[in-house]
Amino acid sequence: MPGIEDKLYSLSRFERLSLEDTPIHRIDPRVKIVLTLAFIITVTSYDKYAVAPLLPFAAFPVLFAAAANLPGTFLIRRLLIVSPFAVAVGIFNPLFDREILFSIGGLPISGGWASFVSILIRYSLCMSAALVLTATTGFYRICTSLQSMRIPPVLTMQLLLLYRYIFLLSDEALRLSRARTLRSFGAKAQGIKSTGLLLASLLLRTLQRARCIHEAMSARGLQLTLPQFENPVIKKSDLILAVFILTALALLRFFDLTGVVGGLISGALG
Amino acid sequence: MHMSDALLSPVVGGVLWGICATVIAVSAEKLKKDSDTAKIPLMGALGAFVFAAQMINFSIPGTGSSGHLGGAMLLSILLGPYAAFLVMVSILAVQALFFADGGILALGANIFNMGFYACFLAYPLLYRPIAGDGTRRGRVFTAAVTASIAGMTAGAFSVVIQTMLSGISSLPFGPFAAMMLPIHFAIGIVEGIVTGFVVLTVHSIDPGISISRPLVFSVKRRKKALVLIFAAAVLIGGLFSRFASNYPDGLEWAVAGVSGGVETESGESGFFAASSLLQERDTDNPETTVSGLIGGIITLIAIFLMGFFLKKRAGKASASRGGHAGN
Repeated sequence: MPGIEDKLYSLSRFERLSLEDTPIHRIDPRVKIVLTLAFIITVTSYDKYAVAPLLPFAAFPVLFAAAANLPGTFLIRRLLIVSPFAVAVGIFNPLFDREILFSIGGLPISGGWASFVSILIRYSLCMSAALVLTATTGFYRICTSLQSMRIPPVLTMQLLLLYRYIFLLSDEALRLSRARTLRSFGAKAQGIKSTGLLLASLLLRTLQRARCIHEAMSARGLQLTLPQFENPVIKKSDLILAVFILTALALLRFFDLTGVVGGLISGALG
Repeated sequence: MHMSDALLSPVVGGVLWGICATVIAVSAEKLKKDSDTAKIPLMGALGAFVFAAQMINFSIPGTGSSGHLGGAMLLSILLGPYAAFLVMVSILAVQALFFADGGILALGANIFNMGFYACFLAYPLLYRPIAGDGTRRGRVFTAAVTASIAGMTAGAFSVVIQTMLSGISSLPFGPFAAMMLPIHFAIGIVEGIVTGFVVLTVHSIDPGISISRPLVFSVKRRKKALVLIFAAAVLIGGLFSRFASNYPDGLEWAVAGVSGGVETESGESGFFAASSLLQERDTDNPETTVSGLIGGIITLIAIFLMGFFLKKRAGKASASRGGHAGN
């Protein structure tokens, strides 16, 4: 289970990555959000046994991440660190679906194994797309663009405040939890009752803090919408990129690239 | 129990997104009418509190496992259902974007499973009536536990339904529900207890705080226990699967009973058949499948090579610009 330090580290790492200046970072966040959604919908629209046709889709997150100079190891580590529910459920596929789908060099592959691998690929593709979006855009710009995409300001405000206070309160939780660990041996004193007290005190501090924040914000003229710093008009180059990528997604979806490449290779070998 | 993009079909994910968007719009509208600006920073801070509190683990007596705070019920108690729902949306969005928990398509499903039930069903229908004015400890505890169990199991049940409708997993309904429900029932009990503790403690220290109700916790087992449970589950699943093909499982059986036993070729009936028809394509013949696989792997290698060179160039470019030290 990832610890507090790891989560905090990851959050600040994302923040730093989003401050880089590459062509990918400069794409309008709205375009990136729409493209990410289109990508995820395309990937998930395949049937459950799709393995080979999904592989070329790796081009999108891999090339975007590379062009944005994102550290590959960091992204891969983030993918591996969560023990995804999908994998826990997917592992049952080979048990329940034993019909032989095809065989590779005499090794029969059951539908269950094919669909399990498909789940793993779907997971990696969808999650890396989300991580690349976050790492190249930054949370603040995602929120302001969501607001210009008609998401209620109450929610975008909430997202930003949450993000801001995660760092503060996590630090506090980290100190509380570390102090308790130092004073106890193993699982002792980590019972429900002591945790309840600990959480209650954290909650009281939170409420106190919220009161201070509100007073400070009111004094500075609290508004319930985020100021828009970005250009409201999407650049032409970004629109062209969007059309290009959407076309590429559609072509990949309806044109069997891997079949053609595989056919050429086996033709050349045979 | 984050639902994942990898298990969802776009149709199921999209429908849940639609439902959640509507509920978000309604909640935002209600909050606007509320016009209490003090609630805005309170929502932000409490969202972060839930996030931070999830990092403080506690051991669960007699099991050797540990749990942490979930949040939706606590938030409902502190903020009311509409604001609590928006806070849950924001927490789940941050988890999807930064921690690869769930995913963007699955966000709608996750909001529905972990936010909607607790905020709009368990809280108003169970917690409020049972807890009463929140002054009696016993009632607050009972209310917290009952509402948490209801919220948890309802969420877990909907994970099962969503997975079934999407048709990516081959896990039959019966065994899947049999695994999910008891675990989440137990998690609900623990959540309810810790919730009760926190609320009562806060209330006893600062009675001025308008808390007339408790908090929620979701259990995460320690790695060792997790692996054991998991191994057991796979084993049980394997045993189940021997029967699964021979006997229709609970819901299929029920649906068949209702629909007059209309069976499709694949042996599925009712809405499962409909959903699997959406998913099924005629399976390619073996030869093209294998050559497709070879092609896919070659394409993948090409992609990573291209990525590698692109990254090298991007690295050089940012270094020559005296770019950021963040890498």
